[in-house]
Amino acid sequence: MDSLIRLLRQNSATPRAELARQLGVSEAELAAKIEKLEKDGVILGYQAVINREKWDPDAVTAVIEVRVTPEREGGFDRIANRIARFEEVEGVYLMSGGHDLLVVVEGRTLREVASFVAEKLSTIDAVQSCATHFRLKTYKENGRVHTAEEAPERLAVTP
Amino acid sequence: MSRSRIADHVRTIPRSGIRDFFEIVQSMKEVISLGIGEPDFVTPWHIRESAIYSLEKGRTGYTSNLGAPRLRRAIAAYVEKHFSVGYNPHDEIIVTVGVSEAIDLALRALLNPGDEVVYHEPCYVSYSPSILLAGGVPVAVATRAEDEFTLRAADLEKTITPKTRVLMLNFPTNPTGAVMPLEELKKIAAFAVKHDLVVLSDEIYSELTYDEVPHHSIAALPGMKERTVLLHGFSKAFAMTGWRIGYACGPADIIEAMMKIHQYSILCAPVMAQEAALEALERGQRSMERMREEYRLRRNLIVTSLNEAGIPCHLPKGAFYVFPDIRGTGMTSRDFALQLLEEKKVAVVPGTAFGQSGEGFVRCSYATAMDQIKIAIERISDFVKK
Repeated sequence: MDSLIRLLRQNSATPRAELARQLGVSEAELAAKIEKLEKDGVILGYQAVINREKWDPDAVTAVIEVRVTPEREGGFDRIANRIARFEEVEGVYLMSGGHDLLVVVEGRTLREVASFVAEKLSTIDAVQSCATHFRLKTYKENGRVHTAEEAPERLAVTP
Repeated sequence: MSRSRIADHVRTIPRSGIRDFFEIVQSMKEVISLGIGEPDFVTPWHIRESAIYSLEKGRTGYTSNLGAPRLRRAIAAYVEKHFSVGYNPHDEIIVTVGVSEAIDLALRALLNPGDEVVYHEPCYVSYSPSILLAGGVPVAVATRAEDEFTLRAADLEKTITPKTRVLMLNFPTNPTGAVMPLEELKKIAAFAVKHDLVVLSDEIYSELTYDEVPHHSIAALPGMKERTVLLHGFSKAFAMTGWRIGYACGPADIIEAMMKIHQYSILCAPVMAQEAALEALERGQRSMERMREEYRLRRNLIVTSLNEAGIPCHLPKGAFYVFPDIRGTGMTSRDFALQLLEEKKVAVVPGTAFGQSGEGFVRCSYATAMDQIKIAIERISDFVKK
């Protein structure tokens, strides 16, 4: 199962027939495995990894450190879920250290992100403070390095 | 005609069959090569970074002849952990310029002129020439397709003469991917003891066995450490072919003799390669496992696809080669490889490059990117259909 997950994480668009050959299982077995992973919620979806600087260079990504007053019942979960529901929000993580939640926000413009932080995020009662950092450049994302390394030359036939 | 100015024992050694083939491939464009005997991965970044750091620190001088003591200690620990045999880093380990140098040193240290060396075929291209250059007499034992090219101890018995001094082993094997089962390896060990042979065991592919098939080093078997020179390196497991770094572990008297030759001809292995090797041993396990898993998947793909195309191919347990049986095409290995190259622009290596017993087979390396393998297989299928 680990090999299957690793292969799908590497490239979920690989044809199933080919995955089956690599893993040494039949296509039917493979389909059953994948279906189970999807049903169990291990696989949540399949996405393309986009080089944002090429596709939409003006888009803005912000990483926001949020300090939150935890609630007596439920701790951080209710407030984190509430933040997660905004469609601008790409990711929400509970963190150890100087802040509580790390929120990743994507917007088409700087203004859009700024207004989300000012009007939505920081106005939530439990939110004590926000420190917003804007992404300037991406070097690696989802395990993919954005600047491709040149393939080194190899001899055509070697012992 | 004037006499040749090249020494007889060099002049009479044939050029490598691989080199011949390489030159034909070089002259063609857009060839997909399954003929490459080295990992397609670049050396893992942490290893490269560590070598760069050592250069920045100015570590550019000679090391001890045997290799940097720190590296020898790390080798001893690694070999103990993975091969279950302990060596003293002080006098039982020598760091060499690849396993190739270690083989040369061992043969030159052990052979008197005319001594015979028994080795199994198909095998790595350099064994026979290395034996000849060291003044020895190569004696090949053919392995069989029905045994997946593992070695039968019984076949060795026929080769013994009063001149036999050394037995060379290479498991997992280039070019067949054969891995020795423990039971038969024990019989081979008993054979070596019975005839008082020194065993040179080239275990360069030992990390690359698949599906939990274990690699057993003959050095770890009872009574074998004192008569075995274990040869290993970094090229295959850690994708470090160009660094030229390997090592030999063995009885102190043999290592001392090898060191004598090494100190006068080489002095020491390059220091930056030694630094990189140390990093590979200390922190390379994870990257090695990642590459091994990738090889395993490619092997599955290539073996399934070849069999589907009607080319019988066993599932090899180690290394990164498959050795499909092309006898069904009615062609010789060399014709098959040449025609495949001309008609479909796919390079494979004729089995005969690895000895006469490779006739009827070709070597395909799966140390090649998955998408290249896929195209190559399609072309090979087309080729055999016509």
